[in-house]
Formats: sequence, C-alpha cells, structure tokens
Amino acid sequence: MTMSKSDQSVHKRSVRFSPERSLFDQLPAETRIVSRRVRTAELRTEEFLLNVGPQHPSTHGVLRLVVSLDGEVITQCDPDLGYLHRTFEKISENRTYQQIVPFTDRMDYLGSMNANWGVAVAVEQLAGIEVPERAEYLRVIVAELNRIASHLMWMGAFGADVGAVTAFLFGFREREMVLDMFEEICGSRLTYGYIRVGGVAEDITPRFVKLAQEFLDLLPSKLNEYHDLLTGNPIFKQRTKGVGVITLDEAIRYGVTGPMLRSCGFPWDLRKDEPYSIYERFDFDIPVYYDGDCFDRYRVRMDEIGESAKIVRQALEGLPEGDFKVKKLARNIKPPVGDVYVRQEAPRGEYGVYMESDGTIKPNRVKYRTPSFSNLSILALMTVGWKIADLVAILGSVDIVLGDVDR
Amino acid sequence: MNTMLSAILGVLILFGVIALQGLILVYMERKVSAWMQSRLGPNRVGPWGLLQTAADIVKLLLKENIRNERSDRVIFFLAPILAFVAPFAAFVTVPFAATIGFRDLDMGAFYVFALGSSVVFAVIWAGYGSNNRYALIGAMRSAAQMISYEVPLVTAVLGVFLVAGTLSLREIVQLQSQGLWYVAVQPLGFVLFLVAATAESNRAPFDLPEAESELVAGFHTEYSGMKFAFFYLGEYAEMLVSSCVLVVLFLGGWLIPFANNANVPTWLHLLSFVSKVYLIIFLMMWFRWTFPRLRVDHLMAFGWKVLMPLALVNLLATGLIVYWLKS
Repeated sequence: MTMSKSDQSVHKRSVRFSPERSLFDQLPAETRIVSRRVRTAELRTEEFLLNVGPQHPSTHGVLRLVVSLDGEVITQCDPDLGYLHRTFEKISENRTYQQIVPFTDRMDYLGSMNANWGVAVAVEQLAGIEVPERAEYLRVIVAELNRIASHLMWMGAFGADVGAVTAFLFGFREREMVLDMFEEICGSRLTYGYIRVGGVAEDITPRFVKLAQEFLDLLPSKLNEYHDLLTGNPIFKQRTKGVGVITLDEAIRYGVTGPMLRSCGFPWDLRKDEPYSIYERFDFDIPVYYDGDCFDRYRVRMDEIGESAKIVRQALEGLPEGDFKVKKLARNIKPPVGDVYVRQEAPRGEYGVYMESDGTIKPNRVKYRTPSFSNLSILALMTVGWKIADLVAILGSVDIVLGDVDR
Repeated sequence: MNTMLSAILGVLILFGVIALQGLILVYMERKVSAWMQSRLGPNRVGPWGLLQTAADIVKLLLKENIRNERSDRVIFFLAPILAFVAPFAAFVTVPFAATIGFRDLDMGAFYVFALGSSVVFAVIWAGYGSNNRYALIGAMRSAAQMISYEVPLVTAVLGVFLVAGTLSLREIVQLQSQGLWYVAVQPLGFVLFLVAATAESNRAPFDLPEAESELVAGFHTEYSGMKFAFFYLGEYAEMLVSSCVLVVLFLGGWLIPFANNANVPTWLHLLSFVSKVYLIIFLMMWFRWTFPRLRVDHLMAFGWKVLMPLALVNLLATGLIVYWLKS
C-alpha cells in the first residue's frame, strides 16, 4: 500500500506532538505506537520508587515505607508494618493476670509506665481490687515523669530528623535524670514493670524525692534552652510550619489521638475529659494549638512537658502516707466472668486495654489499642505532595514507637 | 630534572600538610561538637583522645572495599579521587605567608574557584556510579545546590577583585596591608561569601547531598574503607580551602592587625594566618552543630532569591564607587 500525500503530512504532524486527538486517531496503528512512546517520553517522567527502611536512620525502628517520588515530591507513600510484631495480645492470653504487666513494657518502651498502668487498672476493675491512695499518687507521679521523658526523647529525635543533631543530645541529657529516678525506685531504666496489679512494685525512696525536686527545679531553664535552640530558629520553623497539615476532621476520621489531635485544635485529653485515677485533684491545663502542622505538634508536646511537671509537683506535695500496694493479693487472681475496656492518656495518645475474663487465672481475650498505630495510619495521607525531606519531619512529628505500632 | 624533583617534593609536602590538617580538623570537629552537646568527645586513644582519628584511619585502611555489583566500575573508582584531588590542588596557589606558598598564579582566585566547582562532578559520579537510589537523590540535590551557590559565591567576590584590581591571591593580601582589610571595604561580600562557602562545601545546614536523616549517607552511601575516607578527607580539605580563601580575600591573609607587618618574623605571619583560618573553621562547625538542615527548595530559594540579588547589588555598588573614585 502506498502512502498518500495527506497521510504523510499527518505523520509529520504527529511527530511534532500535535495535540489534536482526532489526527492522532487517524494514524495507522504502528505509527500510533511509536508516536505514543515518543509522547510519553516527552511528557511524563518515570516514577522513582524509593524503599525507606526497615533499616533507616529516621524510621525510628523497623518501619518500612515504600515511597513513590516525582523528583523530590512524594506521590504515594505506603507504610509496611509488622517487622516488630511479637504477638503480645496472644501472649497475654496465655499468662496469668499479674504476668501480663512486664510484656506491656515492651510495647511502648518509651512510655512503659503508662503501658503498665492500663493493664493494671484493667485487671483491678475486672477483679474489683481497690488500690490504696498512696499507690494512686505514685502511679500518677511516675506516669507523668515518664510522659516528660518520652516527650524529651521525642524532641531530641525530631530535632535530629530535621538535621539539628545537638537537640538530640540535649533531650537525652534531661531524660537521663528521669531515668535515674526510675532506676532508684525499680532498678531498671527502660522496662520498668513498676506499676503492678494492686499498686506499685516498691515504695519511693527519699533520694527519689530529692532527685525529682532537683529535676523539676531545673526543667524550666532547660525548656528555655530548647526554645532557644529549636522553637525560635528560623530554619526549624521553615521546616515544620505548615508542613504535614491534617485537619481536625481527618484526624478524627483516622482515630488520631494525643498531641496530634490536640494540635488540630481539639482539646481532647482523657485526663481531663474522662478523669481516671486521681487526675481531677490536680490543677493542670491541656495545651491546644490549631494549625495541625508539625510545628504545632512540637509546641503541644513542649507545653505538655511543663504541665506534666506541674502535676508531678502537686502529687509529690500531696502524697499521703499509707500502703503502696494491696496488702493481700491472691497469687493467681480469678476475676469473675466479664469484660472491661480501660482507656488512658499515654504520652502518644489514647491507650486502650480490652480484657475479657472467663473466670480462670488467664484472660480469655486481650486487645491493646495503641496510639502509635492509629496515629501512623494517617501518614499516607499526610505525606503525599510533600518532599522527601518533609517525609522525615512528618514521620518524626507523629511520634511513633514501633514496638507500640506492631505490638 | 631539578624542577621535577622540587615539584614532587612540593606535592609530597602539600599532601602531608593537608592530611595532617585533615586529622586535626576531624579531631577538632569531634571535640567542638562534644563541647556543644555537653559530651566529652574522644578521650580514650592517646592523651585527650588525640590519636582517635589516627586509629580511625588505620581502621579505614584495613576495611574491605565493597563495590556494588551493578555499579559503574570506572566512575565509582574515580569519584573519591576527584573529590579529594580538586580541593587538594587548590592549595597550590594559597599564600600562607609573605614568602611561604607553592605557586603564585596571576589568575590564582580563578584557579581556586574553578577547582572548587569541579567537586560537583565527584558527587554526581559517586551518586550515578554507585547505582543506589539514595546516592542518586543526593547527587541530584548536589548538582542543583552547587549551581545555586556557585553563582552568588563568585559574584560576591567579584567586588573584591574590582577593588583590588587583581586576581593574584598574594597581591590581594599585599594590597590589604596598605589600607583596610577587605572585610571592612566589602562587609556584605564577606557575609555572602561565608554563607555561600559553607553551602559550597556541603556542610550543615546545607548538607543536603548527604542528609543523614533522610538519605542515609547521600552520595557516599555505597562507599566503604579508604574510598569513603577520601570523601571525608575531601570534605575537610574543601572546608580548609574555603576558609583559606576567605581569610586571604577578606581578612588580610597572613597580616597581623595593629602591627607593623614589615618587621614581623615569618613564623608569626604563618601563625596569624593559621589562627584566622581556624577561627573561620570553628565558625563553620558552630553552624553545623546549631542549625537544622534546610529543605531543598528553601535552599534554592535562599540561594537565588536572597544571596544572588544581594551579591548583584554589592557588585553594582562596588563598581559604581570604584568608577567614581577613579574618575
């Protein structure tokens, strides 16, 4: 078949990427394939798939993110979880009620005290155990100190994520003082197992009180130091302000809680809204910010450090005399048949424990609702359209603990 | 034959000096960062940990050189060499004192900047040759960054050349001995040069090509052993050469302030030069351990929208003043 003159002209035009669709369709099939290939090469660049993690300096553990990039801009981000899954829920179902507590240390290892507490309260509610007042005070003190330590550690890690390595060491320096206190009362620095069913493991010592006073006196000046180093820094602001914004509506739809939710302008804190333990006796505020970006998440946490310090100070002043645990507790607790759901405000958000008893010494069903998991679920939504450098800042601002995500 | 011998000797001395400086700088960086982060820094190997960097070099020499199977063999091999050789060669024209220096070129400043900008090839080769995605992103960033900062850097120093009327580094220092140092004549140029030079040597807050928290190790992710050491040494050599050029162009080189420089022994001049250089290096280390890292688009915006207009204004003002004074 010979090509007519008009056909040739059409062919020429198609090579010059004529936008007319009708002309393109008129072309012979083989020409169309070639021309389409040229078109795609000309107009659309190839997607760049980047595998971040599970071993990466900024995934805070073993999180894997499969990121599609258009240049430096993220077009898609798929978190791949489960690298640290240790079946804690199933293990908990095969242990006696008292034996569950140490496992929760390994879930949120930066907020172990809070993790212990939830389980202890769940078992106490199931079995109807009344906890002495002094034990409640001690629980509040250590849980709030743990919150401070967790936020300090987060501040350091977040600073390192955006490139301010010095902040990392500053955060650790003050966290060390909290760890010293915990070492004093329970002997360990990371997995405490201090809050137990029926009270706490040991009474506090005079040295603990002295260390705590020193720490609380020092903290305001140190907070100012962090504000000098990070909060007022123009580069830090540039890196965090308006980055990774989520709206309140999105946050609620994804079940985001804790500082992330409070940075979207919703003052939801279980310590105030559903006061558990003895929190209604203390005077403290819930810091709220309204932009829902990385900078506001940072500010919420920094303010919470101060509020937690206020609670610890009041609790230390009002600490009553008495027992620090229930005097007589059965070796194997057998709660009556029933179930319970306990939720508390952990450093990272709402921590829930569902426990179902069938009347034996082991729970029939245990489920942990961990804040990191829910907070991480919004990551894919938050990161699209931002740059690869922002991915690190946004992921850091979520404050995940992989042990808490995978359980 | 004699010139050949002296040239080889010169290169060996230069290499020895730079390698020693590299060791000292790495140690200094560790101690300075430790001091800023309330740590102790190295303190085990030798007195005050002085031999730590030497021990590290031994470790790096003994390490296996791992090469990615699908990397580009030639490019992968050449990148670290260029990364070290370019800043190393730039030292040839730096006048350390009135009579100490390897070669005074008429186009000395041009030569230094030309070599300084060729480091970008090393980074791109490393990123492309190692067949690693992190390295590739690092290399792409580096290319963009180097172009964005090379232009304001050179535009900022053009003012100095206008005032001095020469490109020879030695003559520029000698001109400063007759009047004010150029930091007083060109304050804006000095600041611009300092910022752009920090960016040029890929140090924080402009360390995007290697951005540890984002890109693992950026363009040198795949490098190990001595090849990695060459990148490392190259970075410090580059920092050293930028500081040297800064001192020469703006801070009077080897000159001692408030003294009759004609009657001062040479070793004092050398000491003056070295202490000025180390002061600038300390400043750069201070930047690194205080500031967060800039984001890539902010970096470009800063380079083109802030530094570049300022550099142009500086150049225009200097040109007009020089013209007005001459006529």
